[in-house]
Amino acid sequence: MPEINEQAEAQTSGGGTTTAATGGKKHIIVDPITRIEGHLRIEAVIDENNKIVDAWSSSTMFRGIETILKGRDPRDCGLMAMRICGVCTGTHYQRSIEAVEDAFGITIPKNARIVRNLIQGSLYLHDHLVHFYHLHALDFVDVVAATKADPAKTAEEAAKWAHVAGVEPYIGSAGDFKMIQDRIVKFVKEGRLGIFGNGYWGNPHYKLTPEQNLIGVAHYLKALDIQREMSKMHAIFGGKSPHPQSIVVGGVTCVQDIKNPARIALFKELLTLSRDFVKRAYLPDIYMAGTMYADEATDGSATFHASDHKGAMGKAVGGTGGGILSYMSYGDFRLDDTGFYNSELLFPSGLVLDGDISKVHEVDPNKITEDVTHSWYKGSGAPEHPYDGTTIPEYTGLEKKEDGYAYLKTDEKYSWIKSPLYDGKKVEVGPLARMVVGYVKGDKRIKKYVDNFLTRANLPITVLFSTVGRTAARAIETELMSDVMLEWVDELAANAASGDLSTWTEFDFDTVAADTKGMGLAEAPRGSLGHWVKIKDGKVTNYQAVVPSTWNAGPRGPNGEVGAYEAAVIGTVVADPQQPLEIIRTVHSFDPCIACAVHVVDTKGKELATYKVDPTCAF
Amino acid sequence: MGMDKQESVKKLFTAQSAKVDTNRGDAYYEALYAKCQERLDALKKLTPLNNRRDFMTTIEDEGLERRDFLKWASATTAMLMLPASFTPLVAEAATLMNRVPVIWIELSDCAGNSEALLRSDGPKIDEIILDIISLEFHETLQAASGHQAEKQMEEAMEHFKGKYLLFVEGAVPLGMDGQFGTIGAKGETFVDHLHRAAEGAAAVVAVGSCATYGGIPAAAPNPTDAVGVMDVVKGKPIINIPACPANPSNMVGVILHFVLTGSIPELDSLLRPKFAFGYRIHDNCERRAHFDAGEYVEEWGDEGAKNNFCLYKMGCKGPMTFNNCSIIRYNEGVNWPIGVGRGCIGCSEPDFWDKYAYERPMANANIKAPTGGVEKTVDQFGLGLLTAAGIGIGIHAAASAIAGKKEHEKEEA
Ligand code: SF4
Ligand code: SF4
Repeated sequence: MPEINEQAEAQTSGGGTTTAATGGKKHIIVDPITRIEGHLRIEAVIDENNKIVDAWSSSTMFRGIETILKGRDPRDCGLMAMRICGVCTGTHYQRSIEAVEDAFGITIPKNARIVRNLIQGSLYLHDHLVHFYHLHALDFVDVVAATKADPAKTAEEAAKWAHVAGVEPYIGSAGDFKMIQDRIVKFVKEGRLGIFGNGYWGNPHYKLTPEQNLIGVAHYLKALDIQREMSKMHAIFGGKSPHPQSIVVGGVTCVQDIKNPARIALFKELLTLSRDFVKRAYLPDIYMAGTMYADEATDGSATFHASDHKGAMGKAVGGTGGGILSYMSYGDFRLDDTGFYNSELLFPSGLVLDGDISKVHEVDPNKITEDVTHSWYKGSGAPEHPYDGTTIPEYTGLEKKEDGYAYLKTDEKYSWIKSPLYDGKKVEVGPLARMVVGYVKGDKRIKKYVDNFLTRANLPITVLFSTVGRTAARAIETELMSDVMLEWVDELAANAASGDLSTWTEFDFDTVAADTKGMGLAEAPRGSLGHWVKIKDGKVTNYQAVVPSTWNAGPRGPNGEVGAYEAAVIGTVVADPQQPLEIIRTVHSFDPCIACAVHVVDTKGKELATYKVDPTCAF
Repeated sequence: MGMDKQESVKKLFTAQSAKVDTNRGDAYYEALYAKCQERLDALKKLTPLNNRRDFMTTIEDEGLERRDFLKWASATTAMLMLPASFTPLVAEAATLMNRVPVIWIELSDCAGNSEALLRSDGPKIDEIILDIISLEFHETLQAASGHQAEKQMEEAMEHFKGKYLLFVEGAVPLGMDGQFGTIGAKGETFVDHLHRAAEGAAAVVAVGSCATYGGIPAAAPNPTDAVGVMDVVKGKPIINIPACPANPSNMVGVILHFVLTGSIPELDSLLRPKFAFGYRIHDNCERRAHFDAGEYVEEWGDEGAKNNFCLYKMGCKGPMTFNNCSIIRYNEGVNWPIGVGRGCIGCSEPDFWDKYAYERPMANANIKAPTGGVEKTVDQFGLGLLTAAGIGIGIHAAASAIAGKKEHEKEEA
């Protein structure tokens, strides 16, 4: 159960909105949010009808990696920047290298471009699959309820959803389901549930039937195997996973793996096997969950209403977990060799604002700023562009109350995450944003996959603007990726066979690194990721990263603009205030990576030690 | 560099692998064998501490043959630097792993080690890691959040007091009274969280370079005053499994060793298990012949790169680094950083971000000093580290045992 403060308390939210101090309201703290990367806390206020009326997202960890990058050789930053996150491992690495390549004016050879796409593509497959099954599924799938399933009916159910997807089920026989069920039964009977312990089993907002739960559990276990195969793909050209090592400024180092047809064949074999699971287990499961939760996903009364929140941009469309309904994609996956910002892209760039799916706006990097009104940093007064970010940490702590719990000071500063804005607006990033932007932009490939999904599921496009929609978009993207990667492996094989083995573009470091700056704007599995670097005399003079979870998990903006997590949680009705199931389900649908989000500080070394510490919090 | 220094560097880089014999004699192994057997018998008598099913059934469900399992057991025996006669004991210990409760906490981390654990291949046993060891608390994987998660951990600490292994991932930020990281509804600082969790642990395993030596958060200028677990936890057995992230085989190895003997494995001066960190990358490197022949990659993607030449000139720190990557590699042996043509960045050594992680050889690199301040060249930074880590801890015997086993496997296949 979450911590609940039963007394009616005058909690003031950020940005001028207030929660009335009337009786019946409860203040919930969920900390730690588990099954994510990093350290995240959500606080929420629920009214007498168990509806969430306000929410705050806070990160409780700070490491200061950008500070560490300053003064180093720009060629060494990638490996260090990668350690921002071990889950979307390799993404920060590549973005950092691309920022430096942009600064140096380097275009990498064809082999390097394809190999990088394959490394990133493997990561997308791995990351999305692990996210759905191992970090998110337990918000939909009741492990204990699976023990009551009828194995024969489970097999029928599995076939039904596979057929919706137009495939045969990955696990199809009653006998197989029986075996898995026996295993679970034994597991549950014997008491200690290990990582499944103390879950919210039995909560009425678990909506799957026992048979559907058993399918979910069976795939959860199988996916543990498949993700290992996917990580092998990552390692073939990356050297190891997590934290690959083969990308360098100018190209890649794995020339002998490109040269060797056996390596490419192994990659293709693993990809084929992974793709099979995506199509025959992952997608059918999404059709199943999407259908079972469709009522919530289209329930307009449970969505975030703009009028309740000053300065916010949401409109009352979409369903539970919809949130701010503004989406951004920087675009990614270069499809030709015309240069980083010239190439045609697999995922197009653009913005769709305020739930208006009739038009796309182009992304202008100059309009990206970060604000610290509600973040534990001392800002310069106005939101700042990443190239010149001058942030000085100022930790004001939590407020320890008589009940023994520590609360966020939500009308002041309350998170280590900054609040990024695009042209003064909050936007959501991630697979849903990429699919929405691509769709609205009329991208043929994306449209084909999204339409195929909606037609088969027999659901309207508005279903996407919800918690479930966010989860579905990630699956659609995974399927698309698993198909397009097959084309890329063949492209690589053909290119290598033609005799082109070049993997690195030469440059004269002293010349190009004299005085320059660059940015690597592209997409990580969780959304738009930008690294900005300034270089002088061969050393980094300033480094900033604005990462996907900063966009999504950031606190209120300067005028009370509500963050994406916060908005998505608001409006949801919780079945049992003691069990924050609905809150974590929605937060998980974003796939939080919080160590990422708290990357960022631009200070001068040990000055950090002089931060003001609120004495009431010095416990 | 002075002439002496140059000579000693040359020596270190060119030394053939040291042939210190790990064989400690029959009497020692007989006593150890008896001790292990006693320990396993005692463990068998315990009622299971958790719910788990029979290990062999799990293995068979996964489509693994008993023969595969025994193969794995014999490879693991060699990895643990034990004589082949211990193989049945290792196999038995694996079946008893479910008696070891593990609490895994995350501090200033990137979850890379948790991700590595997910990719564990043991004998293709990622399920077994989740199913078989009793993983009582693991933020990245567990179902419960918030108070339920905290309660789960408290119960486990109480129930398994004095028996659980505490795995710690991530550095401990000490700056600003520890408030750079907090966890739980009460806003407990990471350092307090660590102390509380370590209190009832049988032993503390620091996994990954952040937990062992501070890692990336502790890289200069160390903005949060981050340190490793061994700088904070006192009076408990501590095992360091560095690397960025740690190799999951080494995590499993430590657990197995604990099950087998009831004690922690033999450690080097940096508290690393010798079975894993008694190897120098350079001594077991597949490109070593090219090093000895003076054939180097001079530029990324050049002819040398296409022919797998030595990566020393591109910054490979294999000569300074102790780890078993060159033997067990990563992701089921699919590849490793030297295999992929990049070279080793010394990620299992203290302060490697400041000392080793760049694409130039040490001798002509100007690198950022670990303590800030002016830049120095290699010879001013401790080559002492090499000696401290103890070159030539019996690698030869174990390495050849494994090589022998590989041959054997080939014949069988
Ligand atoms: S590649 Fe590195 S470890 Fe291998 S021989 Fe060369 S210097 Fe030594
Ligand atoms: S080879 Fe070196 S850099 Fe690579 S994982 Fe091993 S110790 Fe770390």
